[in-house]
Amino acid sequence: MTVAVPPAFAHGGHVADGPSWFPLLPVVLLAVGYLLAAARDPRGWDHRRTAAWLVGCALLAVALGPLGQLPDDPRGHMAQHLLLGMLAPLGLVLGAPVTLLLRVAPPPVRRVVGRLLRARALHLLAHPVTAALLSTGGLALVLLTPLYAAAERHTALHHALHLHYVAAGYLFAWSLAGPDPAPRRPGLAVRVGALLGAAAGHAVLAKYLYAHAETLPPGLTDRDPAAFQSAAQLMYYGGDLAELLLAVALFATWYNRPNRLRPPRSTRSPRPTRSHRSTRSHRSTRLIKKFASPGNDSLTQTS
Amino acid sequence: MADSSLPSARTVPGAGAVDARSSTLVGVLIGIAIMAAVDEIVFHQLLAWHHFYDRSTPSVALLSDGLLHAAEVIILVGGFFWFADLRRRRALSTRLAWGGFLLGAGGFQVFDGVVDHKVLRLHQIRYGVHLLPYDVVWIASGAVLLLAGAGLLWWARSRRSGDGRR
Repeated sequence: MTVAVPPAFAHGGHVADGPSWFPLLPVVLLAVGYLLAAARDPRGWDHRRTAAWLVGCALLAVALGPLGQLPDDPRGHMAQHLLLGMLAPLGLVLGAPVTLLLRVAPPPVRRVVGRLLRARALHLLAHPVTAALLSTGGLALVLLTPLYAAAERHTALHHALHLHYVAAGYLFAWSLAGPDPAPRRPGLAVRVGALLGAAAGHAVLAKYLYAHAETLPPGLTDRDPAAFQSAAQLMYYGGDLAELLLAVALFATWYNRPNRLRPPRSTRSPRPTRSHRSTRSHRSTRLIKKFASPGNDSLTQTS
Repeated sequence: MADSSLPSARTVPGAGAVDARSSTLVGVLIGIAIMAAVDEIVFHQLLAWHHFYDRSTPSVALLSDGLLHAAEVIILVGGFFWFADLRRRRALSTRLAWGGFLLGAGGFQVFDGVVDHKVLRLHQIRYGVHLLPYDVVWIASGAVLLLAGAGLLWWARSRRSGDGRR
């Protein structure tokens, strides 16, 4: 899909974005690297995980390739944001890349990953509330400050923002519903609360943008309020779709909770939430230890 | 929520006892979410009677609207997973769930008609028409659903206590 790219600087100092397919390179590397690793997995890697990862990569490619080639349009930017920050990360997270890495990497690498997963800083960063602030808060920062206008002028900032969308979206999806080991992941209530907060913030932001399309985002020289209004509607309903998918992934982890894989406990604990949490974190550390020793059975229960 | 400390039906003898409270509550949650989804799809999207955004909407109402909207999706998905879990454990009472469903759907309709449309004035049912008949139909239909749900729940509960089990 080649689109007639407007001549450079047609938009008053707009970046000369010639046919730059350069951002697609990392996406191709991600897909190929994952496929090579999956093929090397001695225990056989679940094809559904591979499919989820490839769907994630395909969505990234659509956002960075065809959509990135379009001339400047708020709707195109919004579609890019939805794909990069919300839909593609969910596919990538469901691909369980860390689990795959732990399976095929040599022991030193596994030890490093295990240590990293136990690091306190990561637990803080990957807390659902932090991740929600980074992803929805970051978007608010872009739309409500002159950052949007600046990103239209500076290519590097533009790419950095895209990277931030993907990273924050990945962190959020992982913190909510990732099948990869996540020690100290908070309980269901906190994760549902974080999803609620992020989705509500996203919806409010979309309607706020719709209502103030004449002035937001600030600092633009030539603006088209109608285009921003339809971008805001796209953001609102696209956000719904992302929230729906995230909620399905989140509750599916609850539905496929690992109790059935353990021998049943004879007594019901008096404080279910607490015991649940402690067994969960216990399970996570056990998972990491298990990954350090090869020859174990499949441990990814969530689908 | 029905917590995961309850092991599944396969592993535990004596599972399969009907969980009346959860059955009712899961019905209420799904009822609320379905009614909200119907409102969103039929009145916002298909008929386009409701507006996406009203000029007059104050920002507090915008915030509450966003929260409610986000909660609806989560309740819908969570409700169905909880429902599936109850069924899997054979702890679901279908009658109670239906009663709860009607109660939730009617309750949401009344809440939407009274609080969202009239108190917060988020948006109206339709624009450029005389509103009173629309409001009356909206709220009355919600009240009928609400009463039907309450009646069904009352009937199901009295039957349960009558013959002991179910």
